[in-house]
Amino acid sequence: MKLSDSLLSAVSSLRANKLRTALTTLGIIIGVSAVIAMVGVGKGAQLRIEETIQGLGENVLFVRNGTSVAGGVRGGANSKISLTEADATAIIAGAPSILIAAPTLRATGQVIFGNTNWFSTIYGVGDTYLQARDWQIENGRTFSTNEERSSTKVAIVGQTIIDQLFLGQDPVGETIRIDRIPFRVVGTIRAKGESSWGRDHDDVVFVPLSAARSRLDVGKRYRGNLVRDITLKARSADLLETAEQEVTDLLRERHRIRPGAPDDFYVRNVAQYLKARAKSERTMSLLLAAVAGISLLVGGIGIMNIMLVSVTERTREVGLRMAVGARRIDILVQFVTEAMAVSLIGGAIGVALGLGGLLTAARFGDWPVVISPFSAVIAMGFAALIGIFFGYYPAHKASRLDPIVALRRE
Amino acid sequence: MSVPIIRTRQLCREYLVGAQTVKALIDFSIDIQHGEFVAIMGPSGSGKSTCMHLLGCLDTPSAGEYHLDGQNISSLDADALAGIRRRKIGFVFQSFNLLGGANAIANVELPLVYGGVSRAQRLEQARAALDSVGLADRGHHLPAQLSGGQMQRVAIARAIVNRPALVLADEPTGALDTQTGQEIMALLESLNRCGMTVVVITHEAEIAAFAQRVLYFRDGRLIEDRSTSGVNAVTATTLPKIGEAHHEAQ
Ligand SMILES: Nc1ncnc2c1ncn2[C@@H]1O[C@H](COP(=O)(O)OP(=O)(O)OP(=O)(O)O)[C@@H](O)[C@H]1O
Ligand SMILES: [Mg+2]
Repeated sequence: MKLSDSLLSAVSSLRANKLRTALTTLGIIIGVSAVIAMVGVGKGAQLRIEETIQGLGENVLFVRNGTSVAGGVRGGANSKISLTEADATAIIAGAPSILIAAPTLRATGQVIFGNTNWFSTIYGVGDTYLQARDWQIENGRTFSTNEERSSTKVAIVGQTIIDQLFLGQDPVGETIRIDRIPFRVVGTIRAKGESSWGRDHDDVVFVPLSAARSRLDVGKRYRGNLVRDITLKARSADLLETAEQEVTDLLRERHRIRPGAPDDFYVRNVAQYLKARAKSERTMSLLLAAVAGISLLVGGIGIMNIMLVSVTERTREVGLRMAVGARRIDILVQFVTEAMAVSLIGGAIGVALGLGGLLTAARFGDWPVVISPFSAVIAMGFAALIGIFFGYYPAHKASRLDPIVALRRE
Repeated sequence: MSVPIIRTRQLCREYLVGAQTVKALIDFSIDIQHGEFVAIMGPSGSGKSTCMHLLGCLDTPSAGEYHLDGQNISSLDADALAGIRRRKIGFVFQSFNLLGGANAIANVELPLVYGGVSRAQRLEQARAALDSVGLADRGHHLPAQLSGGQMQRVAIARAIVNRPALVLADEPTGALDTQTGQEIMALLESLNRCGMTVVVITHEAEIAAFAQRVLYFRDGRLIEDRSTSGVNAVTATTLPKIGEAHHEAQ
């Protein structure tokens, strides 16, 4: 008997028992969709971490004003601003694990070129900040030490600014206005692209910290040499936690915080935070894996059960097939094919449901997902294996029937 | 005389029921030549079906020898027997045994499916077989849409689609009215005229009347072997020993 004939006969016998087939596939459907969801969520979480770390720059920590609450959420709105440029200098001098400490001002504001304008994020930074965050200069140049010191009105712009204000043309040498103050564009930075959950890394304008302080509105909020935050780069990933401790100790001392009193700043270790989150996503993946495993097992046993029923019901048919010349292997293949067809149908529906769920999660939820056709192929292959595994015993039983006994069965 | 299609010697079939042995067939020896039309009669439980299952290679004897078309069957395994059934034997059952979910053509095709015949060829042969039983226009009907007589015709078409040398029918008219039964027998008779050897089990004398030779069974033994040309002896001693056939033919 050819395989195509086995398949046809399997399909027609399944169609004769549509409801039963549908109920039998349920376990496989749930199992396979859980596999798809598991792989999608797991890979999504992984990708999110990689992208975020790439977006942040490697081994980066932030020190911010205010008190931290567990999980790194910012404290009360009226928290006092206490971080200064001098703190940054002190960190470099006093925290051996820190490679770069870059004081930063940040504001959102209108950027105008000619008669187009664009709402963007403006950073008052030094060149060290660009290094810490792995921003590469694409065209032109970075700020000179002199420009950083003397509040020169120069700017470095991101790809989104180039697209929005300069329509893709090279902006180097042009003049843009920020808070109505003209700045000369001296460089552009290499695009980092958009993250998988839609955050645009390239919608940025950098100006020297001193220029932001003395020329832009943001300077009025951070008087003296106060800063919004200090961006730190640790010497290595292993030193992130040590660095966090060093910086905390150092700043508590500098800010004269008594033992037991809360910090007036907080250090945010984004990579670590993400890793903690990834752990919870891994837990989610594990849960899905458990659901998948149990469902597939139960689904497989369901298939076995229904195949045993089917063999009993169709004993006469088996006898007849044997009488007209079916060999044992033909009967075996026929029933295994049928079991496999059931699980493949379940698998196909499961893949569709799983992908549908992932797409919904990707669209409506803040849940990073990766949709890989590979996982669908794997899931289908797995479903087929389950069909073969659990279908084998009933099929074997059928193939061992004595044709006369089988033919006599009512 | 050429090699007989059926040659059995002291064929026995015993069943073990609990601690008891039931002798369903005892020392059955016979020669049936190509092209014969044989009826098997006897009371219920006399071993007719048992005998037919052995002749049809559906079952293996407890003792004795069976040569089908010159080939010793006794030593073959299940798959080899399946191959012989597919190539040489067609079965017709009292209860038709059609697959309910498959239409007439698909039912008739079944033996060809296991023979690995191509789809196109299968369809052609199935159509021809259906045509020869007078059901050319019923190919796409499901068994449930056919009358009992028509179902039995489909079953006969299935039995002959492979052009077997031997057609075995176990009470083919048992589930049919007299009129339809006669038609089915006429059909088997016409197949016999085309050269097929036909063996029919029946309880009815009118049905047996279609055959040229009638075997009577009682309590597992062949007790009478009557042909239209006279009564044959049923003792094995008058039959040639297996292996003597060629010698005897000369
Ligand atoms: N599988 C079996 N196990 C035990 N005994 C059996 C089995 N099959 C048949 N027999 C016995 O063998 C004997 C002959 O049975 P068989 O079916 O050949 O009779 P039959 O002549 O075909 O009867 P009927 O005319 O009722 O069909 C009976 O006594 C029956 O009980
Ligand atoms: Mg019988």
